[in-house]
Amino acid sequence: MTAEILLQTLASGVLIGLIYALVAIGLTMIFGVMDIVNFAHGEFLMLGMYASFWLFALFALDPLLTLPLTVLMLFAFGMLLYKLVIRRIIDAPMLSQIFTTFGLMILLRGVAQFLWKPDFRSIEGSWVSGSVKLAGIQLGRPQLVAGLGAIAVTALVHFFLTRTRLGAALEATAADKEAAQLMGIDSHRMFALAWGIGAACAGAAGVLLATFFPIFPEVGANFILLAFVVVNLGGFGSVTGAFWAGILVGVIEVMGGLLLGPQYKTAVVLVLFLAVLMFRPQGLMGKA
Amino acid sequence: MKPSKKSLALGAVALAAVLLPFITHSPSHLNLAILVLMAAQLGVAWNLLGGYAGQVSLGHAAFYGLGAYTSTMLLLNFGLNPWLGMLLGGAVAALSSLAFGWSCFRLKGHYFAMATIAVAEIVQIVFTNWEDAGSAVGLTIPMDQRGWGAMVFADKAPYYWLALGLLVLTLLATWAVERSHIGYYLRAIKDEPDAARSIGINIARYKQVALSLSAFFTALGGSLYAQKELYIDPGSVLSTALSIKMALVSILGGVGTLFGPVVGAVVLTTIEELTRASFGGTGRGTDTIIYAALIVGIAVFYPSGLIGWFREWQRRRAAQRAERRAAPKPARIPSGDQPAYSTDEGQS
Repeated sequence: MTAEILLQTLASGVLIGLIYALVAIGLTMIFGVMDIVNFAHGEFLMLGMYASFWLFALFALDPLLTLPLTVLMLFAFGMLLYKLVIRRIIDAPMLSQIFTTFGLMILLRGVAQFLWKPDFRSIEGSWVSGSVKLAGIQLGRPQLVAGLGAIAVTALVHFFLTRTRLGAALEATAADKEAAQLMGIDSHRMFALAWGIGAACAGAAGVLLATFFPIFPEVGANFILLAFVVVNLGGFGSVTGAFWAGILVGVIEVMGGLLLGPQYKTAVVLVLFLAVLMFRPQGLMGKA
Repeated sequence: MKPSKKSLALGAVALAAVLLPFITHSPSHLNLAILVLMAAQLGVAWNLLGGYAGQVSLGHAAFYGLGAYTSTMLLLNFGLNPWLGMLLGGAVAALSSLAFGWSCFRLKGHYFAMATIAVAEIVQIVFTNWEDAGSAVGLTIPMDQRGWGAMVFADKAPYYWLALGLLVLTLLATWAVERSHIGYYLRAIKDEPDAARSIGINIARYKQVALSLSAFFTALGGSLYAQKELYIDPGSVLSTALSIKMALVSILGGVGTLFGPVVGAVVLTTIEELTRASFGGTGRGTDTIIYAALIVGIAVFYPSGLIGWFREWQRRRAAQRAERRAAPKPARIPSGDQPAYSTDEGQS
C-alpha cells in the first residue's frame, strides 16, 4: 500500500515535472542566447491556455487538435515581443532588463484580465479525460497525455538544436555571440528566434495543461518560480539540463507535499534549491 | 559663504514636508502623502544594497514582513511597546540578513536575484502556515490604547510625521554610509569587484554591512506599516509584489543616488493611486495595465532613472548654452570677457 502510494506520487511528480521542463526550456534558451531573464515567461503559458480555451469554447476544437496552431501563434507572439520591446534593452543594465520583463508580466496579466475577466475557466469534455491504470498505478489520462506531449515537444526542440543548420546557428550564438557574428550569423535574428521558440514551448505547456488545470490570468505565477528553479538547477542555457532538472523538481515537489503536507511543497523545492546553489552556484548540471 | 541653491531648495522642501498636515486637511491627500513617504523610505533602504552595493534583491519583503510581524506579535502576546518592538523587529531582520547574505552572496547577478526571490517566498510560506502568526488570516492590532506611547492614532497627521521621520532617518543613514569609507568600498565592489578584491577589500563583509543596514531600515518600515494599518497578513507585508515595488521605486528615481528613491516614490505612488482612483473601480485591471505599461516604458527608455535623465538634460542644456555663447562670433578671437548680450542673434 505504501509502496503503491510512493510509486503513484513518483509518477505524478514525473508527469508535472515534464511540464515544468517544457516551460523552463524556453526560459533557459532565452537566457543562454542573450543573458536576459524573462519574468513574463509564465504569461506565454497563460496565453497558450486561453488560446486553446477559446478555440474549444467558440469552435469546439479540441486543445490537442489546435496544439500546432496555438504553438504557431505563440511563436509569432514571442518574436513580436522581441522586435517591439526586448530588442531595445539588449545592452541595457541588468536592472532595466529585469524590470522590462517584469513589467511585461504584469502587463500581460492585466490585459488578460481586461479581455477575459479574472474568472477561473476550465475545458470540459475534451478528448482526454478519466484515468488509466498502468502497472498498478492510477494515472489521470490528461496528465499522462500532457507528460507525453511535453516529451515530444522537448525532443523536437532538441532535434532542432542539434540537427538543423538554424539550430546550430542558435547554439553558436549562445556559445559566443561575437564569433557567431563573424561567421555571418545575424544575432538579432537568433535572439528573435529564441524568443519565438521560448514562447512556443511555454504555450505548448499551456495547451497541454489546459485539459486539467484551471485557466485564469494569473496562472503563470504557479509555474514561473519553479521554472526559475529548474533553469538554475539545470544550468542557465542548457536545454538538456532543464529537461532533467524539471523532472527532478516535479518529483521533489510532490514528495515534499506527501511528507510535509501540500502547503509546504513549494517551500521544500525552494529550500533544496538554495542548498544546491550554496554548494554548486553554477547549478546542479551547469558547467563551472 | 552663502548657502548653495541646492541646500536652500532642500531646506524649503523639508519645511514644506514638515508643515504639510497643517496645509491640507483632506485625509485622502494626507494618506497619499504617507504612502509616498513610506514607499520612499523603503526605496532608500533598498538602495543601500541594490543601488550602492549593486546587489539586486527581489526578496526584501521578507525583511519588511519580519519587522511587521515581530513588533505586532510582541505587542499582541507580551504587550510590548511598539517603539521597542520596532527596534527589535529591525534587529531580527538584521540578524536574519546574516543567513540571507550567507546563502545568497556567493551568487552573482541573476542567480543572486532569483535566490532572493526564493528566500522571500520561503518566509512567506512559513508565515502563511504559522498559526501563532495568524496564518493566512493575519493579525489585528487593537485600537484601545492610543497616543504617541502606543503608536496608534485616530487621525492621519501623526502617522505622516512618523513616516517622514523614518524617511529622514534612513536618508541620514544612507548619507553617512555614502560619505564614509564603506560607501567608497561599496561602489568599488559594484563597479570593479575584481579590482576591489585585489586591493584587499573584504567584499563579503561590506556587502553584508550594506544588506544588514538595508534589512534593518526595511523592517522599521514594516513595523510602521503594521501600526498604521493595524492589520497585517502575508499578502500585505510579505508579497513578491512588495519586494518588486521597493526595487522599482529606486530604479525609477535612479539607483545609487541619495534622493533617487524619493523622486521615484513620489512619481510611482502618485501614478499608482491616481490610476487606481480613476480606473480601479471597473474591476477589469485597467489600472494594472497603465501601471505595467509605465514600468516597461521607464525601464526601456529611461534605464538610468529620472535623476539620471534630469542630470543628462542639465548637462545637455549647459553644453548648449556654452555652444551658443561661443557660436555667434566664430571669426573673431575671443578677447577678455564675453558681453552678456552675445547670446543674442547678431546686432540690430
